[in-house]
Amino acid sequence: MSALAAARDHFVERSLAFAAAAGRRDPAWLRTLRAEAAARFGEQGFPSTRLEEWRYTNVTPLANVRFELGGDTAPAVSRDEVESLGSPLFACSVFVFVDGRFRPELSTPRSLARGLHIESLAELRAGDSERLAGRLGRLADPKRHPFVALANAFLDDGACLIVPRGTTASQPIHVVQLASGAAPDRVQHPRLLVVAEPQSHVTLIQDFVSLSGARGFTNAVAEIEVTDGASVDLVLLQRENAATFHVSNLEVRIGRDARFAAHTLTLGGGFVRNDLNAVLEDEGACLRLDGLTVAGGKQLVDNHTVVDHAMPHGESRQRYKGVLGGRARGVFRGRVVVRPGAQKTNAAQSTASILLGEGAEIDAKPQLEIWADDVKCSHGATIGRLDEDALFYLRSRGIGEAAARDLLVQGFAAEVLASLPSPALAEGLAELLREQMRGAGAGEAA
Amino acid sequence: MLELSNLHASAGGAKILKGIDLVVRAGEVHAVMGPNGSGKSTLANVLAGRPGVEITQGRVLFEGKDLTALSPEDRARAGIFLAFQYPVEIPGVANSYFLKASLNAIRKARGESELDAMDFLALVREKVKRVEMDEKLLQRAVNEGFSGGEKKRNEILQMAILEPRLAILDETDSGLDIDALRVVANGVNALRSPERALLVITHYQRLLDYIVPDFVHVLSEGRIVRSGGKELAFELEQKGYGWLAAAAPR
Repeated sequence: MSALAAARDHFVERSLAFAAAAGRRDPAWLRTLRAEAAARFGEQGFPSTRLEEWRYTNVTPLANVRFELGGDTAPAVSRDEVESLGSPLFACSVFVFVDGRFRPELSTPRSLARGLHIESLAELRAGDSERLAGRLGRLADPKRHPFVALANAFLDDGACLIVPRGTTASQPIHVVQLASGAAPDRVQHPRLLVVAEPQSHVTLIQDFVSLSGARGFTNAVAEIEVTDGASVDLVLLQRENAATFHVSNLEVRIGRDARFAAHTLTLGGGFVRNDLNAVLEDEGACLRLDGLTVAGGKQLVDNHTVVDHAMPHGESRQRYKGVLGGRARGVFRGRVVVRPGAQKTNAAQSTASILLGEGAEIDAKPQLEIWADDVKCSHGATIGRLDEDALFYLRSRGIGEAAARDLLVQGFAAEVLASLPSPALAEGLAELLREQMRGAGAGEAA
Repeated sequence: MLELSNLHASAGGAKILKGIDLVVRAGEVHAVMGPNGSGKSTLANVLAGRPGVEITQGRVLFEGKDLTALSPEDRARAGIFLAFQYPVEIPGVANSYFLKASLNAIRKARGESELDAMDFLALVREKVKRVEMDEKLLQRAVNEGFSGGEKKRNEILQMAILEPRLAILDETDSGLDIDALRVVANGVNALRSPERALLVITHYQRLLDYIVPDFVHVLSEGRIVRSGGKELAFELEQKGYGWLAAAAPR
């Protein structure tokens, strides 16, 4: 039996045990959702590189590990540990999940706006579960994405944010997804559901962190509905340890004159695969995707986007940047679809990478499918090395070579950080990036 | 301060400098003039340590020390400054951040304490005024989208902040209108002192009306073919460089 098939059987078996343990405590719609997802996962299994979408990313290393869910005892995590993760980011309202489970005692909810609060799915379904039925699992399709099927089969807890009509959150909401590493080879399925009702505004940071160096598997699914006239900024901060497998599926629907921006910052994780699928499903929808990958060692970071312009007057702009050192590999595959009748679409896509080492590699594949005739679409990909003239210029001013390289990398990244919804956030993340580069022993301080 | 003896250098496999002898003492201003392709920029780059420019023969001493063994950053820390002919644009790095990183790297090497944000701001504001530069350019990315004149002023600003022992100006006058030229020259002249030396590399005599040299050297095909006082510059201005072809190489 192949590694992929054996891993499939392992997870299918575990999902049955999980469903049996959950028993009748959960509402029927949730039990049905899990059972169907388990069946879909059993049919599809793990994707092989024969599939076009997985051509550059081989999941065999993931399939070779028998990952297990965390037990019923919550791992001990202190507030100090949470707060040490990065003070510049923690000024806002913080919600902490450990191994996929909400931990209210570690969270610091602040008042954001009347009627606006984040809830855990586990709490919600115990109480007012009908609010979730029909919303949870509506966008992420287990038939198309095996990892969504896998996550749904184990659906348990998660963060749920419903932003009421006309509400503006006064500050960003920070959702921290901690992998405790309390035992090796744990799997977690962090879940995020956001519904921005008409004319509402919110900024959300989803922050993936490891508390140890233990190997783990994070299989994240997020569903975000941005309804008419609403605006959502999502910062995905991926900074797990180098032994972690991270797979993320983000499904977004953008309504009339609504706006969604994602800022994907990948600084950690050994194997990272991000799928981002956005549908601009009504007129005047606007989408911004910015990505920054800073990878070294043997990291693999794969960003797949599908931007679907379903209606006229939509605007999308994608900008992905990567800095790859060591033997790191980057993949960017961006597909833009303009449906028949989606006239006056304006879609731009660009990817730029810097390779720092001889062993580093990037595969960039833009793909446009245009079925309307009155549209503006563009794409571009550049791959290069650090500018030697710029390096000499900095060094000729007394800045050491390693510090000069770091400065050029930070300059390259600055454009993506500048896209963040607040200067304080941009400065906090720039500091995190500098720390990371210092930690990697990449250079001396300037 | 600076002593070149029989200096040969090549760049990109081509032999450019073919035996230069030059002594620059503290307090002196030397001008190096010559036509395009005579090796002027290579001379500037070899002193600053640009990778790819190789010394194949001869030696360079700076304050008695062999320069060839030093990295570009160590040369800068020792007090050598090159004002670039083509200042480099560095997207995403704020000019003020770059200036501060640079000054503090050099102060650290000199055994001085690093300047904090407040002290640095006070210093940079004073120097910006002197080179008549728009303060907004401090917040912009280094040289990005700067006009030719702004780029050159930014070079002089860096020089004024770093206060080098030896400043090399590589065609700093090229592309400047007369007002910018005056500002740049004032910045340079403000730095003149008995402890410092200047090497002014230029194609035209015009800059030397403002920065009056003690010595003028004429470079041709990688050699200094004539040296003299400031009057040599006027002579060149009148005669052009055509006569060089006739001048017998040594």
